[in-house]
Amino acid sequence: MTAFLRSKRVHATILQCVFFAALVALFVFLGTTGQRNIEAQGMATGFGFLERSTGWPMAFSMIETSSRSTYAQVLWAGLLNTLLVGVLTLVFATLLGLVVAFLRVSTNLLARFAGTTFVEIFRNVPAILQVVFWYAVLTHTPRPRDAYTLGEVAFLSNRGLVLPAPVFSGTDLLTILAALLAAFGVLAAGRKLNLTRRGRILVVATVIALAVVLWLTGRVPDAPLVSVPELAGLRFVGGMTLSPEFLGLLVGLSLFGAAYVGEIIRGGLLSVEKGKLEAGAALGLSPWQVNRLIRIPLACRAMLPSLANQYIWLMKATTLGLVIGFSDFFAIVSTSINQSGQTLELIGILMAGFLLLNYALGTSMNLVNRRLKLKGGH
Amino acid sequence: MVVLSQPERPPASNDSALGWLRKNFFRSWSNALFTLAFGGFVVWALLSVVDWMLLDAVWRVANRDRCGHDAGACWAVIEDRWRLIFFGLYPYEEQWRSSLACLAITLTIVVSCVPAFWSARRLPVLWLAGLGIFFVLMHGGVAGLPVVTTEQWGGLSLTLFIFASVFLLGMPLAVLFALARRSSLPVIAMVTGGFIDIVRSLPLLTILFAAAVVIPILVPDWLQGSKLARVIVAFAVFFAAYQAEIIRAGLQSLSTGQEEAAQALGMPYWSVVVDILLPQAFRNTLPSTINQAVITFKETSIVTVIGFFEVMASGKAVIGTDEWGAQFIEIYVFLALVYFAFVFGLSRYGAWLERRMRVGHG
Repeated sequence: MTAFLRSKRVHATILQCVFFAALVALFVFLGTTGQRNIEAQGMATGFGFLERSTGWPMAFSMIETSSRSTYAQVLWAGLLNTLLVGVLTLVFATLLGLVVAFLRVSTNLLARFAGTTFVEIFRNVPAILQVVFWYAVLTHTPRPRDAYTLGEVAFLSNRGLVLPAPVFSGTDLLTILAALLAAFGVLAAGRKLNLTRRGRILVVATVIALAVVLWLTGRVPDAPLVSVPELAGLRFVGGMTLSPEFLGLLVGLSLFGAAYVGEIIRGGLLSVEKGKLEAGAALGLSPWQVNRLIRIPLACRAMLPSLANQYIWLMKATTLGLVIGFSDFFAIVSTSINQSGQTLELIGILMAGFLLLNYALGTSMNLVNRRLKLKGGH
Repeated sequence: MVVLSQPERPPASNDSALGWLRKNFFRSWSNALFTLAFGGFVVWALLSVVDWMLLDAVWRVANRDRCGHDAGACWAVIEDRWRLIFFGLYPYEEQWRSSLACLAITLTIVVSCVPAFWSARRLPVLWLAGLGIFFVLMHGGVAGLPVVTTEQWGGLSLTLFIFASVFLLGMPLAVLFALARRSSLPVIAMVTGGFIDIVRSLPLLTILFAAAVVIPILVPDWLQGSKLARVIVAFAVFFAAYQAEIIRAGLQSLSTGQEEAAQALGMPYWSVVVDILLPQAFRNTLPSTINQAVITFKETSIVTVIGFFEVMASGKAVIGTDEWGAQFIEIYVFLALVYFAFVFGLSRYGAWLERRMRVGHG
């Protein structure tokens, strides 16, 4: 009997049972306390509130919302806003990071100095401070009447950045989508038919030309292709407006992200053995070809895991939008909690939203990683 | 004899000043062009910054009417309001305590960077002592010091306090998490693993926010603690989830022979972990740990969103007044410099450690 009690397996089982029981007890404890508090304060429960209309308007939204929209619609719009700002941040941070990384590995001392200065400044100051700073700068720009302008088509004022925007209708979007599909199809077929590089370019160019002709002839006659903003009294009409909130978040996070992404890319570039680059140069490749054909592909493989982590970090950092009043997912959830009082349900939705978002991002980065991985056995 | 090829001239010596210039700035025509064009921009940018920050700046409140009229930075705002930025709403007569407390924490951080203090006994004692001194100084109530409640804490001392207590609380928690995740008991390993992964995929802001609004509902009153305590605990859990993965990586990097040898000597589990595995795991992951500390320091600024008056919030309060509202750039630059001083120092130290370790590994 004592031998049975002392055996390792029994020990392990008992320990796990105790752990599990403690966990269950903790949940029951939190649950009952929660129930008591909710009843005592007369708080509403359940997800019925999602069907109710909110009664407050959203400042910025990509889909149409009004104060009559339901909570479900508004939350969805908030998630889309987070996605929009997040994806744009990733794109800008990566592009700028690429420039910074190449500056930092340059043979030119001046370039290295500039790259290092950029990284040290933007990496060592909290992201929230940078976002708030750019927002403050953007809201302190002149009134629309005295806006900074670029060629009288783009304007920067305290209402935000106003840019000319292409005018799309539903049929335009369909045409573009069809052209993209056709181009992809041609490319896929081209691989099967062993078309030469030139042949493929030719076919794709034809498809694009056809699509443009179709688009130009198919649209409403005399409708403008591009809407150019114009000053009308105290504000701008036409074009598209990027609000100071949106821009502040985007600029702040992109600069902060670029410093980190730049360091990751630099690490990747440095991980490529010098011998491989020299071998490329010895084969007569130009510096640009060495970079494009040898250095960047090899560096990509080395840096992808860290890059994936950084991307997820940046996606999470979009929650800073709340600080400057951008209607991101978190800000919408926070307002909804204030207005509806359904704290637990909304916190649950918030967490589920971010788990989903990061899971999607992580999975797609893994997919890219698998595609890029060196395939053995050649 | 036929000469096949002309022997190439040796490359220009790099020792001379001219050689150095050529190597670093004028390797080729395109490189030289880049140097000239980009150099012009860099010089212009540097001169403008120096002009604005130093040469044209207005330093004294007495000269403040010059602010804004083509003058550079208006540092008069710092002279006027530095006490608000550094001490927040802490009572004016007691602010010397706040400065001493900041000094205590800073010293604790600096001293724990010295390798002589890296032992499982010295570090916890050092940090507990540092934080204890801080708390007694800030809170008072002993030795004739008037009590100052945590609601009145603010400015830089609050930032440092949050950072230090998150670190002190989060570190043991991280060790526990890492050990639990590596446990051979599947229930414990899976539950901890799932918990860590969920915490890591959520933004810090949402976790702190959830702690601020959910704990009052789910936890009975007697267990809730102050608002500051709740936020620090939530922050520590977040920190621990990240740090646990770093420690786990360190544990995995050790050869299994270490653990097996210790077990063969008959050492009990806790002794194997504390005396053999953890010291090596920590040493191997020091650069990542410092990096995590740097990130945590920067992220303390997020508590301003949920209503704490740390250094960033007090800076924003200065801008919020009509008197200094136009000096927002000066305030933000000043705040950035304050953060920069701490973060840059820490990250340089991390880089130095990394170099030192690489040398050690030969």
